[in-house]
Amino acid sequence: MSAVRSALVAVWEFVAGDDWRTAVGVVIALGLTALVAAAGIAAWWVTPVAVVALLALSLRRELRGR
Amino acid sequence: MSAAEWGLAASVFAACAVEAVEALTIVLAVGSTRSWSSAMTGVGAALVALAALVAGLGPALTQLPIDVLRVFIGGLLLIFGLQWLRKAILRSAGVKALHDERAAYELETAAARAAGRRGASFDSYSFAISFKGVLLEGLEVAFIVLTFGANQHRLGLAAAAAVCAVLAVALAGVALRAPLASVPENTLKFAVGVMLSSFGMFWGAEGAGASWPGSDAALLAIIPAVLLVSIAMARALRRSMAVAAARDDSSAPGGTSPHDDGSAAVAGREAIGA
Repeated sequence: MSAVRSALVAVWEFVAGDDWRTAVGVVIALGLTALVAAAGIAAWWVTPVAVVALLALSLRRELRGR
Repeated sequence: MSAAEWGLAASVFAACAVEAVEALTIVLAVGSTRSWSSAMTGVGAALVALAALVAGLGPALTQLPIDVLRVFIGGLLLIFGLQWLRKAILRSAGVKALHDERAAYELETAAARAAGRRGASFDSYSFAISFKGVLLEGLEVAFIVLTFGANQHRLGLAAAAAVCAVLAVALAGVALRAPLASVPENTLKFAVGVMLSSFGMFWGAEGAGASWPGSDAALLAIIPAVLLVSIAMARALRRSMAVAAARDDSSAPGGTSPHDDGSAAVAGREAIGA
């Protein structure tokens, strides 16, 4: 069991790196894109807006931590 | 080759070259101070492990339905891309130190010398350090090869671009017999971050059900747009770091200042609203 847990932790750390909030933000952004598209509204703009916001927030967090 | 395939090959080549430069530094350090044969055995073992990973997971990924594959791969590329881009912007703005291959080489060499005497034939230290270095630096590249290759059903092209990058870096390392300190690592990392984020955004949104205006041609607008936004963020950050440094200098001999903590990062925070 601990081996499975270690493997899952290693995968999470590999994917999320040192900024898990950005990883979660990407998942939310893609989910939001799917919801907007399913509602029949043009959804291509959601991800670019989210990416700019996520990058700015990530930089802000990095500076706050210094 | 189509524009998307050129983009795939260029992204994989640049990402692989950057990681190969870092792996080369580690291998050169242990090889030159301890045992070349053991270090090269470690490199070979790591490359076999990475190739097995690509060969094993690649065909499995291509079996997924295209929309699931795109949203999964797009999401991963976006997560990786934003991480590369954030670090490249921070380095470019002077907030984070640039990666120094020569310093890394000296550090690794000192550690190798301090690790004790090596055995007569096989040096397990050289093997382990080379194996770990190449495997860890290569994992992200293997992932990029897999995701780009599987999504465009051009796993061979992605793998070929990766092999070319490794060979180019290895040949340069053999010719110079020194760490490749003059490779513009941060510029390459910036470029890779832009490409990964752009492709991730394109495929992720498409997989989630969005339709890009102009279809595949949208990439020709997305890539320059991501590049421009990233450059603008780096410039804004650099400018405010300079302003903060100047304020710190002028208020240093005992005066009060809004940046009394002496940190240039404070004004950097203001630039991005922190």
